[in-house]
Amino acid sequence: MVIDLATRFEPKIVGFLCRWCAYTGADLAGLSRINYPPNITPIRVNCSGRVDPTLVLKALATGADGVLIAGCHPGDCHYINGNAKTIRRFKLLQRLLQQFGIEKERVRLEWVSASEGGRYARIVESMTEEIRSLGPLNWKKEMAIAA
Amino acid sequence: MTKPKIAFNWASSCGGCEIAIFELGTKLVELSNKVDVVFWPAIFDYKYTDLEAMPDKSIDVTFFNGAIRNSENEDVAKLLRAKSKMLVAFGACAYGGGIPALANTTTRAEIFTSSYQETQTTNNPEKIIPRTKVEMREGVLTIPEFYNTVKTLDQTVDVDYYVPGCPPVGAQVEKVLNQFVDGNLPPKGAVLGASDKSLCHECKRIKADRKITKLVRSYQTIADPEKCLLEQGIMCMGPATRGGCGGICLDANAGCRGCYGPLPNVVDQGGKMLSALASVFETENEEEMQKLADSVADPIGTFYRFSLAGSLMRRIKK
Repeated sequence: MVIDLATRFEPKIVGFLCRWCAYTGADLAGLSRINYPPNITPIRVNCSGRVDPTLVLKALATGADGVLIAGCHPGDCHYINGNAKTIRRFKLLQRLLQQFGIEKERVRLEWVSASEGGRYARIVESMTEEIRSLGPLNWKKEMAIAA
Repeated sequence: MTKPKIAFNWASSCGGCEIAIFELGTKLVELSNKVDVVFWPAIFDYKYTDLEAMPDKSIDVTFFNGAIRNSENEDVAKLLRAKSKMLVAFGACAYGGGIPALANTTTRAEIFTSSYQETQTTNNPEKIIPRTKVEMREGVLTIPEFYNTVKTLDQTVDVDYYVPGCPPVGAQVEKVLNQFVDGNLPPKGAVLGASDKSLCHECKRIKADRKITKLVRSYQTIADPEKCLLEQGIMCMGPATRGGCGGICLDANAGCRGCYGPLPNVVDQGGKMLSALASVFETENEEEMQKLADSVADPIGTFYRFSLAGSLMRRIKK
């Protein structure tokens, strides 16, 4: 099969990565020269528990096709239980997004430790492919059509 | 000194905001000595042509309640904007979309099908639905276009001030009207007639920092009138809602529904409430977390009851 790279849909993914684990893991992926899709725009946050649902909604509403929230594994949070808050919030957020008509694959919560550069690369890879097959979200355009 | 000219208008609303003005009672008579009402379709027989005949910027301040649901709402909003020096989004519907904006969870086609065909009391074998133009023998009849998406006032025209509430409480309405009469106004874009702190700040209930293991709906329980409702597992939008209403729902032993809108510098009231609710859940177990999340019956209707049109997502994807 020939893939037309010029017209292929390239998903835009916003990644909120906790500085202690996931961001360091992403750094390691780079240092180890692991190949993974360039579709993610990482944003460093102090803790995944700091990711206000508003940030996710804003990313989706203003043009992102997907959002990745990544933090320390449960039990390993630098702030003891910040990521436990993330899970509780994430479950509710997923339910809300479902009602808005946004596929649950578009917003992911993943745990990546500082030593898991390979895992980070695989997550970005699988998320990019999943969103590619879903197609663009294009929230602004959808809203303009639905006006 | 000439009296300031004021106007009131209703768009897609229930009329409650008009009643809120009458909550002033006899003070309304005092107010009427200080201002000239030049347009108020709910009370006096004004026609839109009267409005069109006014010179531009001749009205000092217009209080506009109701969301923008159809083309008539939009046309009148634009007309009033041109005729007024100041335009105030009055009440939750003009401010954030209010209850009418919950229609953004569906589409025009679905609303027409359910309202004009599916309801049990409807007899419409020809499946007639509203059309903007109908040609009759006597001529062409027109009605306003029904929009697919409900908008707020400031998504339609430039707005100077906002007064939240469904409806704004009487004492705040009086304060706001006097602010305009006295010319004692904050910079443009401010929210008037409300506090800058959350409703929890003025709530007298005892807050024990307790976590919850399940959510209960109001018909399933009788709430303890002394304790925080959220800590009893009853949905209360207090943490994510502006105060200033005096907590009248709380006094009636019912949870806040969020009609006073988001707090200062908050763009999305629902997102903030979702966050607040997640932090009172008492569990570290993922399955239980899922169960708790699933027990929120209608997330949009709960978190965005009065602010869907003004929220980040605005409507559902369909």
